[in-house]
Amino acid sequence: MTERSEVISQHSPPMGFGRMHRKEDARFIRGRGTYVDDVRLPGMLHGAVLRSPFAHARIVSVDTRAADAHPKVKAVLTGQTLAGLNLAWMPTLSYDTQAVLATDKVRFQGQEVAFVVAEDRYAARDALELIDVEYEPLPAVVDARRATEPDAPVIRDDKEGTTDNHIFDWSAGDKARTDAVFADAEVVVEQDVLYPRVHPAPLETCGAVADFDKVTGKLTIWCNTQAPHAHRTVYALVAGLPEHKIRVISPDVGGGFGNKVPIYPGYVCAIVGSIVTGKPVKWLEDRSENLMSTGFARDYHMHGEVAATRDGRIRAVRVKVIADHGAFNGTAQPTKYPAGFFHVFSGSYDLEAAHCEVTGVYTNKAPGGVAYACSFRVTEAAYLIERLVDVLAYELKLDPAELRMRNLLRPEQFPYPSPTGWEYDSGDYPRALRLALDMAGYEKLREEQAAQRERWAAGERSGTLMGIGLSFFTEAVGAGPRKHMDILGLGMADGAELRVHPTGKAVLRISVQSQGQGHETTYAQIVAEELGISPDDIEVVHGDTDQTPFGLGTYGSRSTPVSGAATAVVARKVRERARLVAGAMLEVSPDDLQWEKGRWFVRGDPGSGRTIQEIALAAHGNLELPEGVEGHLDATTVYNPPNLTFPFGAYVCVADVDPGTGQVKVRRFVAVDDCGVRINPMIVEGQVHGGLADGIGMALMQVIAFDEDGNCLGGSFMDYLLPTSVECPSWELGETVTPSPHHPIGAKGVGESATVGSPAAVVNAVLDALKPFGVRHADMPLTPAAVWRAAQGRPLRTDLAIT
Amino acid sequence: MQVTVTVNGVEYTGDVDTRLLLVHFLRDQLGLTGTHWGCDTSNCGVCTVWLDGTPVKSCTVLAVMAHGHEVRTVEGLERDGVLDPVQQGFVQCHGLQCGFCTPGMMLTARWLLDHNPDPSAAEIRAAISGQSCRCTGYENIVRAIRWAAEHPAAESTPAEEVAAP
Repeated sequence: MTERSEVISQHSPPMGFGRMHRKEDARFIRGRGTYVDDVRLPGMLHGAVLRSPFAHARIVSVDTRAADAHPKVKAVLTGQTLAGLNLAWMPTLSYDTQAVLATDKVRFQGQEVAFVVAEDRYAARDALELIDVEYEPLPAVVDARRATEPDAPVIRDDKEGTTDNHIFDWSAGDKARTDAVFADAEVVVEQDVLYPRVHPAPLETCGAVADFDKVTGKLTIWCNTQAPHAHRTVYALVAGLPEHKIRVISPDVGGGFGNKVPIYPGYVCAIVGSIVTGKPVKWLEDRSENLMSTGFARDYHMHGEVAATRDGRIRAVRVKVIADHGAFNGTAQPTKYPAGFFHVFSGSYDLEAAHCEVTGVYTNKAPGGVAYACSFRVTEAAYLIERLVDVLAYELKLDPAELRMRNLLRPEQFPYPSPTGWEYDSGDYPRALRLALDMAGYEKLREEQAAQRERWAAGERSGTLMGIGLSFFTEAVGAGPRKHMDILGLGMADGAELRVHPTGKAVLRISVQSQGQGHETTYAQIVAEELGISPDDIEVVHGDTDQTPFGLGTYGSRSTPVSGAATAVVARKVRERARLVAGAMLEVSPDDLQWEKGRWFVRGDPGSGRTIQEIALAAHGNLELPEGVEGHLDATTVYNPPNLTFPFGAYVCVADVDPGTGQVKVRRFVAVDDCGVRINPMIVEGQVHGGLADGIGMALMQVIAFDEDGNCLGGSFMDYLLPTSVECPSWELGETVTPSPHHPIGAKGVGESATVGSPAAVVNAVLDALKPFGVRHADMPLTPAAVWRAAQGRPLRTDLAIT
Repeated sequence: MQVTVTVNGVEYTGDVDTRLLLVHFLRDQLGLTGTHWGCDTSNCGVCTVWLDGTPVKSCTVLAVMAHGHEVRTVEGLERDGVLDPVQQGFVQCHGLQCGFCTPGMMLTARWLLDHNPDPSAAEIRAAISGQSCRCTGYENIVRAIRWAAEHPAAESTPAEEVAAP
């Protein structure tokens, strides 16, 4: 059940699922990956963006004469230039508009104001200094909780009829039923919970190389996007270019985590720059630009209430949220769900009712909101419910593990219709929690803690206090059924194409795009499992819209649930075609054939059979094929998921907190994940490891905060702290396997599980440690300052500057 | 200004702007794109290379400062067609995902093992603590470096066995 770390034999990859070294590693360990900044084309120019120093200001004038005169500058674009091309504004993925280059006002610090194209990257930066912009500063809206107050400055006055900063109201669940449960509840606890603004901060920043060929009219864009096909369609809509003349190539991507889903103004500027100059134009943002202007995550101001019985049966949950979407509503999520899948907030528990209301608001901050491995805001939901359960445990003086065990859904309740409209596909929650508690040695830890607290109560107050934090999460991933889920009108189904060559080697083409998840290996293993062709003999092609079928890309942990399913289905189609060919080869009815991995044989006569390689050759040869069988050995498919998949897990964090300094040390972290069937357990464990580090980061150090003028306080890695090897413990992983009943291979997706589940465990551990101080709640990140202030009974507002 | 820099044992001479960063010299002028750029502030460490045998962050070293000195990059880890044990360890232990921090991590790992052939997990964690990885949560990087410590160069397998791209 627990993690294995044995070395895998390099010489015999599994014929299907199992631990296998990654095919992509060969280039990466040699420094021979091709990331977007590694793309260099003959005559290529370099772009740089001039950004606003103000969070909110009217643009009085933009003078580019000195920049134009710079000997190495080839073009300077401003909002006015783009307005002349009808490109100053572009659509966002949430049916809003976003300025490409500002024309009237700047609406967040770091917003794009002008774009310089020059001979080299240093000259382009030099020329930015020569642009003279006169601003008239305006008061900034920084606090989302006050964004809709009557005297708040209106941010989106570009939109006719807009009189406030309200974007949307959205709700889910049965309000009347929920209110009724609350009205007769024995116990009600409530808590304000902030999930502050964070940034995914992949180590490779966002960038593009645009190359417009005037003769052919073809635009080729190398861009480190997670969603190449969606980008192509949006470029067609934005720039008015015919879609068949646009090729998006997403090369190796240096981490994405949701940050590389949206279309950023820099990409559009690079395209315009190439059209204007007739040369390829590269644009790559620097770290500050990445942190200050591109897709942030979270910024959810939540108020949660729990109705329960005195003995700890959770009956209902009621939630109100103010969602800070920044200056433009640019979240990337299914159209019907402006709060993403936040309404999975009832979590893993058997509730009578649940209801949430979410209000989206504009503020003078960068746009975004759905990013950073959040599974469309499942992260916020999981954090909220797991914090609320601990708050309830605190008030009822119950053990948090016992309280969870008492309320978890039971295996026989699946498929489980949730009170907010989901149908959880499968799960055995108590088994996962039991395993996590056993691995952690929960009872022993509580004994250690009790002894420590006794010493503390007796006045022996030196050293650290230990806290134990639990979280149990249910994810909702694999968006999704196209009837319910689309982005900008594009249904969330993904294609796959599989071709077996005459010699039995295969090429698989998929729509999703790896940012490190190892698709070239995992998807080859799926085909191997279905066809019995070695993963070494299967090439996976992705990240090039001219070479792959349409699909919406990799985010929301959707690759395995959607494209993994498409891959299994297309391989099965090929297998059925192979059966017809094998029937012709063996001169028997295909109905009399039986499959074993790698070959069809005559039922009852295992000696009479043909391997997939023999069949592939025959399918391309002169064999006379039955009526209706076209020959060759290939297939295509589009997979439309019937439901989401619902991975889950139980996490236990042990932290030692120094109440004198506020310093937190994570001593241990036990993570039991159930993501259904594991295709390559090595890769799955790697995904979990990364997400657990995210949890440490968000819980303890990462935050994009602002001062009252709207200055971003997280604009570099000296301010926006990432967890390093010394803050992360050695992860202890466990697994249970509950296959998804509706997925062709029973897999559920795992890319974001640990990021979703881990922050609550860390926060719960720190607050558990602070229990002797009477601390029930404090908001992330629990920096030493925040911990110390919480222990003093004066918790910090972590999303705003300390004033 | 004219500089002469020895990179992975090969001497390069060229004209550079005095403000040119070493990372850009390596990437843009020499085409050695295995060294990455990530933050400008010496925090993330994806630009880590060796300067005269010591790991440095090449985003905060000027190319002119490397004049007359020796630089080693990820392209110089594989020698005579044999992968460095560190490179093999990263494959064996799944020490990389997106691959962006990997070259810098491997160069620090090689330096560590040259100075401490049998490091503990804590010593490995301390050695790489000036470099960020957003994918692996560090655990498998630590295991990869331990693997390399346990499989020193003499035992390493020819590079062909880890298929070339």
